Amino acid sequence: MATAVGTVGHTHEESTVWKWLTTVDHKKIGVLYLVTGFAFFLIGGIEAVLIRTQLAVPNGTVLDAGLYNQLFTMHALTMIFLAIMPMGAAFFNYFIPLHIGARDVAFPRLNALSYWVLLSGGLILTSSFLFGEAPDGGWFAYAPLTDETFSPNKGLDFYTVGLVVAGLASLMSSLNFAVTIINMRAPGMTMMRLPVYMWMTFVVAFLLILSLPVITVALLQLYFDRNFGTHFFTPGTGGDPILWQHLFWVFGHPEVYVLILPSMGIVSEVLPVMSRKPLFGYTAIVMAGAAIGVLGFGVWSHHMYTTGLGTVPQYVFSASTMAIGVPTGVKVFNWLGTMYGGNIRMTTATYYSIGFIALFTIGGISGVMHASPPVDGQHQDSYFIVAHIHYVLFGGAIMGIFSGLFYWFPKMTGRLLDETWGKIGFWFLFVGMNLTFFPMHFLGLAGMPRRIYTYDADLGWDTWNFVATIGVYILVVGILLFMLNVFMTLRKPATAGDDPWGGATLEWATSSPPPEHNFDVVPVVRDRDPLWYNRDHNIPMPERPAHLHIHMPPPSYFPLVLGIGILLIGVGALSSLAITALGVVVAYYAVWGWALEPTE
Amino acid sequence: MGRSGPGRIIAIVFSGAVVGVLSYLLYLAFADSANTPQSTWMPMSDNTDNIHAVYQVVFYLAAAVFILILFLTLLFTLMFREREGAVAQQFHGNSKLEVLLVGVPVLIVVAMMVPSFKAIAQNTADPPKGALEVVAIGHQWWFEFQYPEFGITTANELHVPAGRAVSVTLKSNDVIHSFWVPQLVGKVDMVPGHTNHLWFTPDTARDEAYLAQCAEFCGASHANMRFRVFVDTEAKFSDWTKATAADAAKPASELAKAGEQQFTASGCIGCHTVKGNPLAQGKAGPNLTHIGSRTTIASGILPNSAEPMHKWLANPPAVKPGSKMPNLALTEEQIQKLTAYLESLK
Repeated sequence: MATAVGTVGHTHEESTVWKWLTTVDHKKIGVLYLVTGFAFFLIGGIEAVLIRTQLAVPNGTVLDAGLYNQLFTMHALTMIFLAIMPMGAAFFNYFIPLHIGARDVAFPRLNALSYWVLLSGGLILTSSFLFGEAPDGGWFAYAPLTDETFSPNKGLDFYTVGLVVAGLASLMSSLNFAVTIINMRAPGMTMMRLPVYMWMTFVVAFLLILSLPVITVALLQLYFDRNFGTHFFTPGTGGDPILWQHLFWVFGHPEVYVLILPSMGIVSEVLPVMSRKPLFGYTAIVMAGAAIGVLGFGVWSHHMYTTGLGTVPQYVFSASTMAIGVPTGVKVFNWLGTMYGGNIRMTTATYYSIGFIALFTIGGISGVMHASPPVDGQHQDSYFIVAHIHYVLFGGAIMGIFSGLFYWFPKMTGRLLDETWGKIGFWFLFVGMNLTFFPMHFLGLAGMPRRIYTYDADLGWDTWNFVATIGVYILVVGILLFMLNVFMTLRKPATAGDDPWGGATLEWATSSPPPEHNFDVVPVVRDRDPLWYNRDHNIPMPERPAHLHIHMPPPSYFPLVLGIGILLIGVGALSSLAITALGVVVAYYAVWGWALEPTE
Repeated sequence: MGRSGPGRIIAIVFSGAVVGVLSYLLYLAFADSANTPQSTWMPMSDNTDNIHAVYQVVFYLAAAVFILILFLTLLFTLMFREREGAVAQQFHGNSKLEVLLVGVPVLIVVAMMVPSFKAIAQNTADPPKGALEVVAIGHQWWFEFQYPEFGITTANELHVPAGRAVSVTLKSNDVIHSFWVPQLVGKVDMVPGHTNHLWFTPDTARDEAYLAQCAEFCGASHANMRFRVFVDTEAKFSDWTKATAADAAKPASELAKAGEQQFTASGCIGCHTVKGNPLAQGKAGPNLTHIGSRTTIASGILPNSAEPMHKWLANPPAVKPGSKMPNLALTEEQIQKLTAYLESLK
């Protein structure tokens, strides 16, 4: 295929490392995101194992209070911003152009920059452990606990700077994805022929474009409060800690949908293909996803029922929150409708998708429960909420991601992951996940607050805490089995073929892994399930032309340099102005080179 | 289409049995957890009765949805899993059914919303006239309770009479805390710079305290910020207010007298008030006027007796990480004196 990518200036051989550092290919960037996201998933997992080990027995002595508070804060930040979001972005990167029949995303260099900036944000946040000063105010960082009076060390500065940088990456990639989906669809792919996964991606992009500016402003205000003596969130001087909560949750609630919608999209791709029948109620699922996106901006204060909101806001926000249960319910019905009447191939990807339906439903139902403010008066900040979010984020988001991994691994590598070991791994994850998180419902009912590093023995919390800790070790085995499966599979020859599942969407119409230019001939789309339509109407694949004249963007190291510049600006914000100044110079050099770089 | 005849019956029976047994086991576990000391499923006041009325509706509706979806997921998996020669039905949906099915979650949500609105109205209404006024102030990491009517300031143990509404004004001295007594009142936050309110009327008096703890993450010792509520009979409460409003008892034993001097010498007076001791006027720490009468010390994490008191005085941050009370490096003798004095403050 090398000849197909006939661009000037990079015909000489480059080292593998250099290729990855300078790539602007959405598929390579997708792989970078995936590997990075999974690495952070492991770090977040280690944090979780430590937390659960401390809580295995009453009055645990494995961790002290300070370290425990750092770990639960970093566990949430790592999993949300550095594991689930990047793994979601990995699939977005890899599959948006393949799903819509494009050669790359709209802005390939911006795409590379997004990755390097995300990595910078992750490194800034995680490096806080090296200084023994990881953020310890919870991922929600409620003022005024997080101001310089109550949190004098650097932890919360790592938090603000790390998240602003990581947020910048998400903002850039969301704009990139939205523009790509709007402008670069193959001929015939109308919006209502877009795969559901693309629709969910599209909704997620807008959720991030609209919500990230809010948190960025809030984070900068917090940074100013801590470093420049402003008082946006400090009481007594005209500031208001409740303002922080509004700003945080105006971002924080849409963020939940940012985490779950991609997995809903994956399941909506996997289930029809494995059931060998079209998705049940495409329009309803698309509209439900969009409705969730819109409603998601009108529910933030349900995180704040206990702050003294007053009567009317409680009515309003409980009504809007419960309303989200409706489109969510519609989606569950439609997935079940997709299975109904099918001839379901029970692959590991199917297992994870069906697991997603069952587990996500549990998280969805408990979410509607504490949408009721009186019930929330008992649930808020108790283990019931911990159970809820983990059913949504592990039972939902992570199960969906694993389904996607098993489904798309052959496309990305040309190799099918081992199904037997995949299913054994699934059962470890499924059983471990339920043993870890279901007992937390019981603990919540028994009045155990969350974010406590210790508890007494005589409160009836011992048994279920111990069971939850056992569960997390079973989860660890499941994750290790998955990693082993990946390593073993990568050593085997690539025999998966282009289309091992009989897929309906365009990515299965090209080779596995796809060439850099994705499609030799840009496909024409005649139906929502284009490949099935072609199959049923005996429309052959277009002939590969003898000569490909496809122009692909050349690699560029300027995204990496700009990423380093932004990293230095971030590091400077935590240390000294001199490093920030250096970062600005590096960034300016990169912008200069970027602007003048020939793309022809 | 899928399995028919015996195959389908087996799938239905198996799915029903699995989901049935699972639901029953979960029910047993929930019921067991409902019967624990800090249970949220044991209403003992009008406030928690109002909550419980909604909670039950919401809980059982949620359980019904859980059972239905789990059953259908398992059933469809079994009925439609791949088999030789089967052909998947090709259909894109069913508009009538889809619109009808939108109605199902709408009905469920409305059924949850109506009782929720009722309970919101009840629990955020103004307290009844003649309610007992209490001011609760959150500190890192202990609770201060003031009774303006009686001129009482105490800490970590709230006494209230049964059958009379208690109106609590919530404040914070530093960061956000949350006031929550699972069996008496749903939580409301204590926010610095804001004043929040809640009220509840405890049902009946009992000797055993209601357990409670801070429910908003508030820093290093959030886990160690606990308190207790004693619901007394009218007479017992009246006795308690008289005793607690009075000045501290004068130390009787020699050791306790020496402890009183040590209390000044070690600087304890800078942070703690002991009513009747003109030197001890500090406000930063809990009021210790009647510390000897409380059942617990260190915001409810240690029982109140000589040995735990000794442990606490020897190194407070070791007991309660981050404690604002520093390790004063007291000698063994000083600790014994102080312990004798504090235990004498009945």
